Amino acid sequence: MKKSSLNPELATTKSRLNLKRRDFFTLLGGGVAVYLSSRNPSELLALPLVQRREVPEDFNAFLTIHEDGTVICHVGKIEMGQGPITSLPQQVADELDVRIESIKMLMGDTALCSYDAGTWGSLTTREYSHYLRAACAEARAVLVQLAARHLDIKPVNTKVEDGMVYDATNPEKKISYGWLTKGNRIEESLEEKPKVKDHTEFHYVGQSFLHADARLKVTGEAEYTADIPIEGRVYAKVLRPPSHHVELLSVDYSEAEKMDGVEVVRDGDLIAVLHELPDVAEKALATIKAEYTVDDKEVDDESIFEHLLNAEGETREREKEGELGEGEELADMIVESEFHDGYKAHAPIETHTAMAKWEGEKVTVWASAQSPFGAQDQIAQELGMPLEDVRVISPFVGGGFGGKIYHPQALEAVKIARLAKKPVLLVYTREEEFFMDFFRSAAAIRIRSGITEEGLITMWDYRHYFFEARGSDTIYKVPHKLTTGYSAKRGSPVQPLSTGAWRAPGANSNTFARESHMDIMAAKLGVDPVEFRLRNLSDVKMIAVLEAMVDKFGYTPAKGPSGRGIGMACGTDAGTWVAVMVEVKVDTETGNVQPIRAVVSQDMGMCVNPQGSIIQAEGCVTMGMGYALAEDIEFKGGDVITANFDTYQLPLFSWIPETIDTVILDRQDQAPQGGGEPAIICMGGALANAIYDACGSRVYRMPMTPERVLAGMPMAD
Amino acid sequence: MEKLIRFNLNGKDREITIDPTLSLLWVLRDQFALSGTKYGCGIGVCGACTILLDNQAIRSCTYQVSDVMDRKVVTIEGLASNGELHPVQKAFMEKDALQCGYCTPGMIMNATSLLLSNPEPSRQEVIDAMQDNLCRCGAHIRIIEAIQSAGQEMKKVNQP
Repeated sequence: MKKSSLNPELATTKSRLNLKRRDFFTLLGGGVAVYLSSRNPSELLALPLVQRREVPEDFNAFLTIHEDGTVICHVGKIEMGQGPITSLPQQVADELDVRIESIKMLMGDTALCSYDAGTWGSLTTREYSHYLRAACAEARAVLVQLAARHLDIKPVNTKVEDGMVYDATNPEKKISYGWLTKGNRIEESLEEKPKVKDHTEFHYVGQSFLHADARLKVTGEAEYTADIPIEGRVYAKVLRPPSHHVELLSVDYSEAEKMDGVEVVRDGDLIAVLHELPDVAEKALATIKAEYTVDDKEVDDESIFEHLLNAEGETREREKEGELGEGEELADMIVESEFHDGYKAHAPIETHTAMAKWEGEKVTVWASAQSPFGAQDQIAQELGMPLEDVRVISPFVGGGFGGKIYHPQALEAVKIARLAKKPVLLVYTREEEFFMDFFRSAAAIRIRSGITEEGLITMWDYRHYFFEARGSDTIYKVPHKLTTGYSAKRGSPVQPLSTGAWRAPGANSNTFARESHMDIMAAKLGVDPVEFRLRNLSDVKMIAVLEAMVDKFGYTPAKGPSGRGIGMACGTDAGTWVAVMVEVKVDTETGNVQPIRAVVSQDMGMCVNPQGSIIQAEGCVTMGMGYALAEDIEFKGGDVITANFDTYQLPLFSWIPETIDTVILDRQDQAPQGGGEPAIICMGGALANAIYDACGSRVYRMPMTPERVLAGMPMAD
Repeated sequence: MEKLIRFNLNGKDREITIDPTLSLLWVLRDQFALSGTKYGCGIGVCGACTILLDNQAIRSCTYQVSDVMDRKVVTIEGLASNGELHPVQKAFMEKDALQCGYCTPGMIMNATSLLLSNPEPSRQEVIDAMQDNLCRCGAHIRIIEAIQSAGQEMKKVNQP
């Protein structure tokens, strides 16, 4: 036990909460109160400004408890629709024993929130929650100890309810968390950390909560980066090259400079025009004449797959078991296929946006960023500034999907604002958003497998070319297998466009290939595709997930193509076992695919907010239809030709299945796993298999456009 | 050349002297501090900037500010009355019909326009009316449900 310095009367730090607090909070009907850090709430907290680049051990870094019982939970995670603003308070309330209504979330502010590397990889619940829950458990234990001391009883003789510590034998004797803390740091800590609660002790975790930020979002009050009111800010528009593979030769912006009120700033190749009206800045940008070198790269969205398959790179073998040759000898049939998948954009409806405001040597940047701390690092490093002089705030983020892990707009806004000596707002146009995106990789996959007449896989030779390995695991029980990944040599990239994270990167393409190939084998054997999978599965979790899916769907076995238009896919992602079954109608005249219904089944361990998880699964099904059926980036060399939503086809209302049912297996006694990404990995495979089942057309390339569906029809010439 | 533009905005008569060719979207956001109307594509294909002009849903990014002269504009901020949310707003909350929330104002404005002309839309009619509003998070299935439920609610309220 460390020495206590938290005596309410002797507290050294004065509470900085004042009467204005009411203005900062918005209480919501849903239960959880929300406060995002778009204004300046620094007076609510007492935190050191510079933090180490790791999740802090000091529980004070996560929470501050005020005298009125309000718990400010200040975490570096960001809210982009995936729901931590709702699910984190559920866990905090349970571990602390406070009412969920007393919790306010303060997120994504590098000056006020505990460090977090970034909101990605479905890690908020399966990883970050452990730290947060442990912090709350320790805070609770310390508060109980302090209360017991004040009540002059032993800690074991207390009970806690709604932030109040009672003498268990005499409930008249009580003391509140708020009285103990009064908004100050809790200076005491425990050497031996208390255990977090068992699932049987939860009150809020496992219950469904509506989005805590819904009221702000339906009224238009929710502030995204471009909505932050900053006095005197101007719009910046940035000059972009026609291709990623060219260099600026010369530029003439004299016409722009002549325009009334327009300012042009330049930092190397970063050239921006500024005006208080975005329309004028846009017009001024259009007057700039710039010459570039020629992009001589020929690869485009058609030749990309040959390019990937023939490129030189490094190979890495994984999952090596047995000998492929032996597996081939055991097989009665060898099945080979090759799958392709084009580039996909993230296409959040909020484009990358940043507002930068300098005050002396310090800069504050509001940015639509999945990683405010990452943006802070990048800006500080590029500009040679100490970290504490850079504050990055991620207000509500209008969709990320991995695309806002990269935040070039934040650095650009900071540089432009420094030159302009005034606050600058940079809102990427939709055209810039497509041009500047780090796409989901184009992918090529080759599979060669052997099967016996009894329907057992004896050999599995899986090769993935120059994209992420995620999701390339075999998952089926195969005695002789090898997974080979080809990747670019350092310094010689193979993908002609920048690529990166995209809601389960790699797993979407890999699962499409593996699960399509599974159905191809099942069809060759004349076996029902679900039955074929079960014959080759030994993973009990996967089997349980499949069975729950079949049950929910009311699926009856049939060999494909059955004409019913039902297809499935399964896999594991972010620690979760997932299977999806869809039913589609295919118009054999046009090749159009109409989803009718979908069932998602997942084992995600402990589920914090079932409603939130179900919504994530629905989002995965819907977004997944986009990449599977329509989304594709047209490009040539480094020129990204797709520029807006008139040519990049997102899923539309008319595509939405009549029902999307989600089954979450009851695993509350197990560790929580990811929920934001898993179900989307199945959509390519499930739809490909449903299309085949409907009309016999096997499509090997995503997106599975009507033309490609027609071209695969058995009768097509 | 600047021009005086008079119009009714969220129930109040307003005027502004400004270049009449400026984009309505940015004028609403910047000159009237109505940031609930969002930029999404700039060419009228995503619907994030949808507002009501004389009760019809329009894409404010494709309109000039002069287009609203002597007309009635309602943005997401003008939908609730006296702190009471509009039935469409309530239904979006109750059905959890949103995720990141960025497309939500445009969705709600378009849905409101639909329900004004067709208070009891079928599922297909909702789909047809909402077809060109884009949502990247995939809240569509709940949005359809919310709009139909709001229609029912509005009908109840309007019945004597």
